[in-house]
Amino acid sequence: MASPPATSTTTTPTGPATTTGTSTKATRLLGAAAIVGIVWLAAFGLGFSPADANQRESVRILYVHVPSAWLAYLAFFVTAVASGIYLFSKKHSLGWDRLAGASAEVGVLFMGITLVVGALWGRLTWGVFWEWDARLTSTAFMFVTYVGYLTVRRLGGTHQQRARRSAVLALLAVLEIPLVHWSVKLWRSLHQEATVLRPDGDVKMNGLMLFTLFVGVIAFTLMYMWLVIHRQRTMAAEDALDDAGLDLAIADRKAERA
Amino acid sequence: MTATLRIAWLVARKDLRVEWHSRVALNQILPFAAITMVLFAFAVDRLPAAPGDVDTVLVQLAPGLASLGTVFSLLLLVQRTFAVESEDGALDALRAAGVDATAVFWGKTLAMWIQLAILSALLLGTAVVIYGIEVRWSGVVLLVTTWLTATFGLAAVGTLYGGLAAGARGRETLLPLLLLPVVAPVLIGATRAVEAALGTGGTAIADGWPWVGVVAVFAVAFGAGGTLAFGPLIDE
Amino acid sequence: MDRPVVELTGAVAVLGSFPALAGASLVVQRGEIVLLRGPNGAGKTTLLRVCAGLLPLARGTGVVLGCDLATERDAVRRRVGLLGHRNGLYLDLTVAENVRFWGATVGATDDEIAAAMDRLGLRGRLAPLQVRRLSAGQQRRTALACLVARRAELWLLDEPHAGLDASGRDELDATLRQAVASGATVVVASHELERAGSLATRCVDVVAGQVVGTP
Repeated sequence: MASPPATSTTTTPTGPATTTGTSTKATRLLGAAAIVGIVWLAAFGLGFSPADANQRESVRILYVHVPSAWLAYLAFFVTAVASGIYLFSKKHSLGWDRLAGASAEVGVLFMGITLVVGALWGRLTWGVFWEWDARLTSTAFMFVTYVGYLTVRRLGGTHQQRARRSAVLALLAVLEIPLVHWSVKLWRSLHQEATVLRPDGDVKMNGLMLFTLFVGVIAFTLMYMWLVIHRQRTMAAEDALDDAGLDLAIADRKAERA
Repeated sequence: MTATLRIAWLVARKDLRVEWHSRVALNQILPFAAITMVLFAFAVDRLPAAPGDVDTVLVQLAPGLASLGTVFSLLLLVQRTFAVESEDGALDALRAAGVDATAVFWGKTLAMWIQLAILSALLLGTAVVIYGIEVRWSGVVLLVTTWLTATFGLAAVGTLYGGLAAGARGRETLLPLLLLPVVAPVLIGATRAVEAALGTGGTAIADGWPWVGVVAVFAVAFGAGGTLAFGPLIDE
Repeated sequence: MDRPVVELTGAVAVLGSFPALAGASLVVQRGEIVLLRGPNGAGKTTLLRVCAGLLPLARGTGVVLGCDLATERDAVRRRVGLLGHRNGLYLDLTVAENVRFWGATVGATDDEIAAAMDRLGLRGRLAPLQVRRLSAGQQRRTALACLVARRAELWLLDEPHAGLDASGRDELDATLRQAVASGATVVVASHELERAGSLATRCVDVVAGQVVGTP
């Protein structure tokens, strides 16, 4: 008969005492604020803000595209910083690794949205899905790089191994992305025709439009925080499950002797 | 410091000796690279260039195709060098013996640099011959500098990511996924610099030097990055 | 009394999520030849890899050759020689080139390298042959020569007798005794139960990721 699992000696994830979900009072508040923000954004983006002189209604895609892009860059910044803290702090606390991973997942999602929405917008306004300017190209590169990062996170091993490998990879990505951006920028400067088709080049932003954009950025940031906090908590729960699973597995293994 | 250099030199000589015995790069990767240059010619065809252009489209594309061929060869070289390490668990044994990982990185990068440089030179030579490029000798310094810096940068980044992918599940497909986005700056920079050096498409030599700068920054960045990151990446 | 060469307490080590070692404790004194016995899958290989500083401990503590396994694994690795299921050789290089390479990682002199090859009977006909062309037993001997050339203080051997004929096994045992006489300590994981009497100074049973009986 298997002995009952030993108590886990790993740190329990910060967050709810309840075991039924990952939300706490704080995140519910955050979630509500995010929803309010999105509704506000929809109201202003679709309703109150004016259509653009040149692009007319299709400028409204901007209100999704720009905040998505902002969010994606924010997410990767957070991943990089969290990875750095994990690697260079004395404690090597896994919480930082989980933050890096959660942020990267959300970041990849919104990077994908940015690229797709951007392509649609480009198609609507200038008839092209894609443009080889520096920002767009390095965004696409970031997307692929972080897909690679997420793949490497799944390679297995102990949590420490995963954390270290991913952290190093994230910091290498921080090294690589500016290099790619810089070289593409230099490359495009050889070919002057790019300016006409710059993604948000020819839109004259009046006050109300800027305000709507601002609302969009805030709403998306709230959404990002909500997503990352929840994802991080589920990851912590997964890790704890692994550890608890480890206790069970150890007990099972010991029982093999019987 | 000297111990690290000594071991790096030891590892580099060992890698080159393995190639000397097995001749895989010579007998398999080199022909592959040459064939890709030929296939590029088939794919591009001898299309007439725009009116007023001296060179055919193929000649104008040649620097880019040679860079691409070099990058593909890099993939194979990296796979090969880490396959050698995994065959009998030698990299594991190196780790188990506590041999300095930085030294291993520099040794393997050096050996990879030498092999890639030779391959790349032969690739470009093949392109010159079969695409009908006229080499202008005033661009030789630029060409050689580009060649040496670009292949070094590629060797460093290849060794680094190869170490990560070695022994991982799905390593053969993981390596291109990780490596190809990263080498983009070298692809862009080296191609422009070689264009300037050869004068294809009417580029002036002076235009090439900023691009060598881009490639050099890449080489330094990943030389440094690899020095720091290789150890943690191959460790368990 | 000398500090033990190996002191493991409650070691847990995971492969993926499987606890190959589930709380193993082991003490090895200098100059011993310890035989690890146990069925396949018991965790003998994992135990050796942990002592070699290759696998991190998920739980428990360990000190090998005076170095803590949690913080000083690099130092442990430099002084320990692990010979696993694979030999860690470069199959395209010759025997001599392999031994010379591994000896050079610790700065061994030509004499030391020649002596190492001598001890394993590799100096004559076999030296210039590519390792790929050797038999399993000969490859195993080459790997041991590399261990000697590296001046390892603790030898951890995983099924070293596998693939050797009777005289090969006797030679191996003689090599191990010689190593101990020169100051090394040896831990062998093996199915060769006959060796228990002739080779080992002590036998230890490994079952289901733990060490049974007095560690």
